[in-house]
Amino acid sequence: MAEFLAGAAGFVLLMVALGLIRILRGPGDADRMMAAQLLGTGGIAVALLLSAATGIGATVDVALTLALLAAFASVAFFKSATDAPAGDAGDRG
Amino acid sequence: MSLVDLFTVVAVGAGGFFFLAGSVGLLRFPDALTRLHALTKADNLGLGLVVLGLLPRVDGVLGGLKLIAIWLLALLASGAASQLIARVARRANPPA
Amino acid sequence: MIDALNAVLALLVLGLAVWTVVARSTFAAAVGFVAYGMLLTLAWVQLQSVDVALTEGAIGGGLTGAMLIAAASRLRGTEAAARAERPGLPIRLAAALVAACVAAALAIAVVSLPDPAPTLAYETADNLAATGVGNPLTGVLLAFRAMDTLLEAIVVLFAMIGVWSLAPDRAWGGRPGRVQRADPDGILAYLARVLPPIGIVVAVYIFWIGADLPGGKFQGASILAAMWLLAVMAGLADAPPVSRKWIRFALIGGPVVFMAIGAAGVVTAGAFLAYPDGLAKPLIKVIEWALLPSLALTLALILAGAPERPVR
Repeated sequence: MAEFLAGAAGFVLLMVALGLIRILRGPGDADRMMAAQLLGTGGIAVALLLSAATGIGATVDVALTLALLAAFASVAFFKSATDAPAGDAGDRG
Repeated sequence: MSLVDLFTVVAVGAGGFFFLAGSVGLLRFPDALTRLHALTKADNLGLGLVVLGLLPRVDGVLGGLKLIAIWLLALLASGAASQLIARVARRANPPA
Repeated sequence: MIDALNAVLALLVLGLAVWTVVARSTFAAAVGFVAYGMLLTLAWVQLQSVDVALTEGAIGGGLTGAMLIAAASRLRGTEAAARAERPGLPIRLAAALVAACVAAALAIAVVSLPDPAPTLAYETADNLAATGVGNPLTGVLLAFRAMDTLLEAIVVLFAMIGVWSLAPDRAWGGRPGRVQRADPDGILAYLARVLPPIGIVVAVYIFWIGADLPGGKFQGASILAAMWLLAVMAGLADAPPVSRKWIRFALIGGPVVFMAIGAAGVVTAGAFLAYPDGLAKPLIKVIEWALLPSLALTLALILAGAPERPVR
């Protein structure tokens, strides 16, 4: 079972890698901003699977932190991408 | 293999399939908005199935509640973040 | 299976690092850096260092990424000029050669480490019971090497003062950053209302379990800072003027308590930062509780940036 879970974690990581290749190439800021979401969701899945595979319960807290910080990073990207050049207060959220 | 293990294998396998679907969508869809769709919907469903599969393996109700809480938090964050990303994509390509 | 997972992770991290360096626009490079930080979190998990993974996720993935993104958006106007100044091929090849030599030297050093590597882990494990905490990292950070933690807390303060020193003269002591506005009914304001309470609970939880399980004050403080910055970015809160007295006292509160306990240790236990017998765990708790708000405020103010709006 541990082998299967570790294999599943590796598979999800591979899918994240595939997605990253496409996202980071994508023209425009909107595509690249998705990287935070992709790695957030994928990273949470990998961390949870690893926690079950290795039996280290603390890895679940890593997943929790990733969830919060992925959201924070997405908002930071959004504010930067919608920041009008100096003078304005920025886009409406 | 016990029934619980079988359930975990099936659920985690289905979750992995949805992650695959999400990545295929990212690779093949033509537009930023459609790619966002694939990423948010498929990957979060995959995460939900993975959490479902791992639920029988945790010790204690609190551990299970923690997993579900993480999934709900990921849903909340993804839902809001995808709206923000869509806004940026619309600004770049306004509808004709 | 685990080896295959580690191989995928290592290749992904390397590939992403290379992409981040060669990316065309600064925004893309910053996004790559945040992605890199999140992948490193998983790498640390695979190296059995969950404490470091938590810190990497909080700081590398979130806070440093936000700082780089803010810097990238400020530099957007000058990006064309910076790109025009790109050094020619010979210089870039020379830089690549130097970087490769440094990497090779590091690799040789790591590979030729004695096996088993010299370690103090056994002494730490033997003496951990005297500190009363269960997490060996907390024991090392707050008991065996408390001096390093004290200096780190003060260094972070210096970094913040460095950021403050970038303020224009007329704005000295004013509010950091520009005014942030967002639609109060919009999705950003919604997220900034719902997420921070959850984040605060998670931060205190990670801080609390740091005594016996991976976690601690630094990770908790980082999450607290990120949640406050989220509220600021959505326009729900505004950064206070940095000349306010309560900010100054809150910033130095943690290090002052730490130093006071250290000085008391000279009298009661014979050395600076020595804990008297049996009082180790309560003193560690006091230090952690004092450092958490100070550290959170320091990190938040570093990220808020230099004061830009003069206080009236």
